[in-house]
Amino acid sequence: MTVLDSPSSAPPPESVGLPVEDADVATPEFERAAERAASRRGFLIALPAYAYLVLFFAIPLVIVMVYSFGTRNRFGDTELANWNLDAYRKLTEPLVRDIFFRSLWLAILTTVICLVIAYPFAYFLATRTPTVRNVMLVFVMIPFWSNFLVRNFAWRVILGTDGPFSRTTQALGLGESRILFTPTAVVLGLVYGFLPFMILPLYAAIERIDLGLVEASRDLYASGWQTFRRVLLPLSMPGVIAGSILVFIPSLGAYVTPEILGGAKTTLMGSYIVTQFLTARNWPVGASLSFTLTVIMLFATILYFRKGGRTL
Amino acid sequence: MTDTAQSETALDAPSEVPAVGIHGITKRFGDVVAVDDITLNIADGEFFALLGPSGCGKTTTLRMIAGLEFPTEGSLQIFGQEVGTLPPNKRPVNTVFQNYALFPHLNINDNVGFGLKMQKVPKRDISSRVEEALAMVRLTHMGMRKPTQLSGGQQQRIALARALVNRPKVLLLDEPLGALDLKLRQEMQGELKSLQRELGITFVFVTHDQEEALTMSDRIAVMDRGQLLQVDPPEAIYERPVNRFVADFIGQTNLLEGTVQDRSTVCLLNGARIPLETGLEPGTQVAVILRPERATIGLRSDTAVGRSSVDGVVKSITYLGNAIVYHVGLDWMELEVREENRPDAHRLDVGDEVTVSWDDRAVAVVSE
Repeated sequence: MTVLDSPSSAPPPESVGLPVEDADVATPEFERAAERAASRRGFLIALPAYAYLVLFFAIPLVIVMVYSFGTRNRFGDTELANWNLDAYRKLTEPLVRDIFFRSLWLAILTTVICLVIAYPFAYFLATRTPTVRNVMLVFVMIPFWSNFLVRNFAWRVILGTDGPFSRTTQALGLGESRILFTPTAVVLGLVYGFLPFMILPLYAAIERIDLGLVEASRDLYASGWQTFRRVLLPLSMPGVIAGSILVFIPSLGAYVTPEILGGAKTTLMGSYIVTQFLTARNWPVGASLSFTLTVIMLFATILYFRKGGRTL
Repeated sequence: MTDTAQSETALDAPSEVPAVGIHGITKRFGDVVAVDDITLNIADGEFFALLGPSGCGKTTTLRMIAGLEFPTEGSLQIFGQEVGTLPPNKRPVNTVFQNYALFPHLNINDNVGFGLKMQKVPKRDISSRVEEALAMVRLTHMGMRKPTQLSGGQQQRIALARALVNRPKVLLLDEPLGALDLKLRQEMQGELKSLQRELGITFVFVTHDQEEALTMSDRIAVMDRGQLLQVDPPEAIYERPVNRFVADFIGQTNLLEGTVQDRSTVCLLNGARIPLETGLEPGTQVAVILRPERATIGLRSDTAVGRSSVDGVVKSITYLGNAIVYHVGLDWMELEVREENRPDAHRLDVGDEVTVSWDDRAVAVVSE
């Protein structure tokens, strides 16, 4: 965090840059001054990003935290006068607990399914010629060209009782499909929606691996599976971690997909939080749920990165 | 061309089962023929070089022996066992890759022990054999480091140890010394050679460096455009190349164009007749191979008995330190003559009128 420390010791802006007077004398003092100047420049470059994060992430998070300690009064307004933990007690209720674990389970399932589908695809992509790669990467991006909401409604049509999916199962003699408004439909929708976020980092990671290493591994008596396990997977770990985080986090807090494809029995965290804010008008509970979710995601991310960092 | 190669190999092939037996192997990538119907036997314990310019098919041949490519046609055997489409992990061979291909996420011990671990060798044996292999390449105490912490030369040795620790029946080396600087390369050449002699393992190595091939190998296979041109010990390759390509590719060469006049005379392009037993039909177009170091250069003079000569003018001089190369212009071509840089050597100047002469027994002739 030297970058953050430096402004306090920073000389007036005019002298930002290398000290000119004694530039030809390479003393430790000169070196330190140069380092300070470099870190000042680094801070200035990062300033817009810091400002963005503070303004749109840190401050709102603090507001959410403050509200989570408040109390809902009779009229549905929030009183912030007496801080208390009442809203957090709500988390231990069986209803909320079930919703939380259901969300967690579906998010993990989505992440794992995405990983299993995306890895072979990313490997295939990374081993093609540049032209084929580019064409296929465009195919991966195409879904982004239409609205997320629209795509979810499209799935509703596809999975509906007289949609193409159901008709196919009927034609195959498997009877009418009843997938829509089940957790299966939600996972399907989430996998569909977030798959590109898994493919792209995986592709970037695998593409950087020297495929000569795969040959070396095969030459050293490793089977295809052993080569994957001992060489490819460890070397592509940064992509696995990045992709998993990019899929897991939005899946855990997903709102749109479960709302559209999930039924009444599949209320997830995202929907429940929205209900607390808009329908129940219980802002402290909504805020406490949001805040807890954020903290869990933060710790999960840190843990995952630490663990990944060791294997690299 | 291949016929010559085939018959040579057939003669040279030892009576026991060859370490690597290649019979009529062809490899096509789409329309491109990388390896064109080659037949070759590599004997057990041989240090064998596949030599040729880039794109000649030598690396593809090596990769087929390793199992990293499968032949389109033909039969490939390792100690009599047909391995044509056997995956690399099922073959008793190991490879030292051109860029070493050390696993960046594993330390040196784990890199070297990788093959043993995959073969489910007990842990205790792995560590002792890894230690042994590291001692063999004189890199003990490096086991805990990552490959990137080693120099190029050290990485090369680790790649060697990683292959040899498995005690392969055949070791394949793909331009193993290509990335090293000259001094280190020469040092490693010697080490590889003595290592091979000690272990008695068959080494097959690919190189485009003719000097490296001549220095290290027991036999050399010269390849060009997917075809095998000549398979012979270094002396034979250098002294009796089968065609112009081999003559030109191996070492420096002057090719003096001419025609066979009769059984023991070749008529050069300038009309000079030189005595040479060719065994070829009169009228055949040939080239006389005159190595620069086999010719003598001096101011115009008569030629001694048993020697032939041509007259010319010194066009330019290249000073090499240990030798001096004279580029001599004849009316019909240019010759290179290399003189050892001895203190008693008579130094010539550009423009000097000279006679280049050679011992009649010091030249060879090729017809193709």
